[in-house]
Amino acid sequence: MSEYLVDIQHERLSFFTPAGEVKALNDVSIHLNQGEVLGIVGESGSGKSVTAYSLMGLTAYPGRLIGGTLEFNGHHINDMTEKEFRKIRGNEVSIIFQDPMTSLNPVYTIGNQIEEVILLHTDKNKSQAHERARELLELVGINEPEKRLKQYPHELSGGMRQRVMIAIALACEPKLLIADEPTTALDVTIQAQILELMIELKNKLGMAIIMITHDLGIVANMCEKIAVMYAGHIVEYGTTDDIFYNPKHEYTKGLLKSIPRLDAREHERLVPIEGTPVDMLNPPKGCPFAPRCGNCMKICLREMPPVTNISDVHYTQCWMNQKEQMESEARA
Amino acid sequence: MGKYILKRIVLALVTIWAVATITFFLMNLVPGGPFLSEKAISPAATAALEAKYGLDKPMSERYFTYILDAAHGDFGDSLKQRGRTVMEIITTKFPVSARVGGIAVVLSLCLGVPLGILAAYKRGTFVDSLFSVIATCGIAVPSFVICTLLMYAFGVRLKWLPTLGLEGWKGYVMPVCALAAYPTSYIMRLMRSSMLDVLGQDYMRTAKAKGLSQKVALFKHAMRNAILPIITYLGPMIAYTLTGSFIVEKIFTIPGLGGEFIKAINGRDYTMIMGTTIFLATFMIIMNVVVDIVYKLVDPRITLK
Repeated sequence: MSEYLVDIQHERLSFFTPAGEVKALNDVSIHLNQGEVLGIVGESGSGKSVTAYSLMGLTAYPGRLIGGTLEFNGHHINDMTEKEFRKIRGNEVSIIFQDPMTSLNPVYTIGNQIEEVILLHTDKNKSQAHERARELLELVGINEPEKRLKQYPHELSGGMRQRVMIAIALACEPKLLIADEPTTALDVTIQAQILELMIELKNKLGMAIIMITHDLGIVANMCEKIAVMYAGHIVEYGTTDDIFYNPKHEYTKGLLKSIPRLDAREHERLVPIEGTPVDMLNPPKGCPFAPRCGNCMKICLREMPPVTNISDVHYTQCWMNQKEQMESEARA
Repeated sequence: MGKYILKRIVLALVTIWAVATITFFLMNLVPGGPFLSEKAISPAATAALEAKYGLDKPMSERYFTYILDAAHGDFGDSLKQRGRTVMEIITTKFPVSARVGGIAVVLSLCLGVPLGILAAYKRGTFVDSLFSVIATCGIAVPSFVICTLLMYAFGVRLKWLPTLGLEGWKGYVMPVCALAAYPTSYIMRLMRSSMLDVLGQDYMRTAKAKGLSQKVALFKHAMRNAILPIITYLGPMIAYTLTGSFIVEKIFTIPGLGGEFIKAINGRDYTMIMGTTIFLATFMIIMNVVVDIVYKLVDPRITLK
């Protein structure tokens, strides 16, 4: 039994498509304490969502876990059946999706959709569930909750709907909340409100959060630890300070350079990361980032770099870091 | 809602008037007449018949007389079936067709919807392909072929079912099956594609993430969304099926309304043509209003204006 709330060790997951095997996750290890906020950043297709979904048994067909061990809140995810998953979904672990406009069922009232999950996982009766739903709407900052419960999703704005999604996710006070780009589909002012709400609720309810995003600004505000993913690998992992002030992997550095900054000089250009993401059907033999890396060495194209520990928490997967560490060890 | 229904009634009257007008003039433009036959009738007799039914008057006068009478609920006498009013013929024959058609509608829903869901649920498997082949056959094979095959197999060879008439439940089996084949196949395909679309929606993922079982997700969350196209199809389908099929009624010798449509046109039975056309148009319009209202009940996003 793991001491962590979430303990993913060497997870490997592939999608077996007609075109061939897509290795979506290659040796991904993540652990998370109770009440901790982990940010997973990376570009589309890097495996952020796949990692989180596999914790809930929501891996889409034809994806299959092919290696590693996953533990969550004392459950061994690897050998859980669909029926066992159903007991923890929406109960011990919940998820907020990217697009609140399409994530709610258009033909049922908000109240119905919130009460449904309460009735499913608790032994509350209909009127207690209704009462709880009203409380939840208040909790997520929706005014006139009694009226909203009777409304349909199309009568609510995007920000409101995302609040409803959060209310559904928190209905059974989960231990872990997975937020899959919860603000991507919202406009900027609403984004800030939703993030603030999430931090507030986290402090109030004490659940752990896995925040999946490609917005480094969001993780800087919210997260204690950050995992940077690229092509199904965690290329750098560390505390928020490690990632922002002491980035080691070339990809992380590239990501940070590509964020617009308020204190930038006039006419200063953003630095994009050159090249295109890897073809996951035919990943390169060595480091997947090598073709786009400014400091690519011969070995990078041949072999996947090992994990280099920078500190207790901070680690990277990069030959440069490995080389530096070996040199400093040799000097010592 | 009340205002909406009122508006639809007014619109319906306009539509029915338009249908009646177009039919009236088209029908009169077609050469021939009700009293032509191989057996030569004396010109005097023909003139007398035409005078009796008002056919000697100019077309415009006949048109206004007809519309005025129809507005008062008088659709006239049949020109061919002497001594019977159009209303009488429709009210005696429609129930026969409606009974066979009604059972066919229920059957096609009870079969088409679940099979469509099953096909969507098992997409890409053998079951899906099998259903797809059956549905394609059901749509592509004309009903007279289905009728003939059924009759040969169950009526002539196995002698399980009677080949004509509607005596007892056995008489209904073959006509109902023949009538239901097309709608069942169509509903199955419609349900499959609509279900596949719904199953890929984000809210289905939400339902799964809530911990709902497949059954609840499918029957509560997917069903209500996926059924909408079926409802749309159901309106005109019910109107057509309940008013009977010429072919099926002809083959199984059923005294229904379906035959009257064709018989009236072939015989230039002007009042009958008008009567059956207006009847079908009215039925169709009513079904469309019903569909709109049901739609509103199923999908709250729809507002009736």
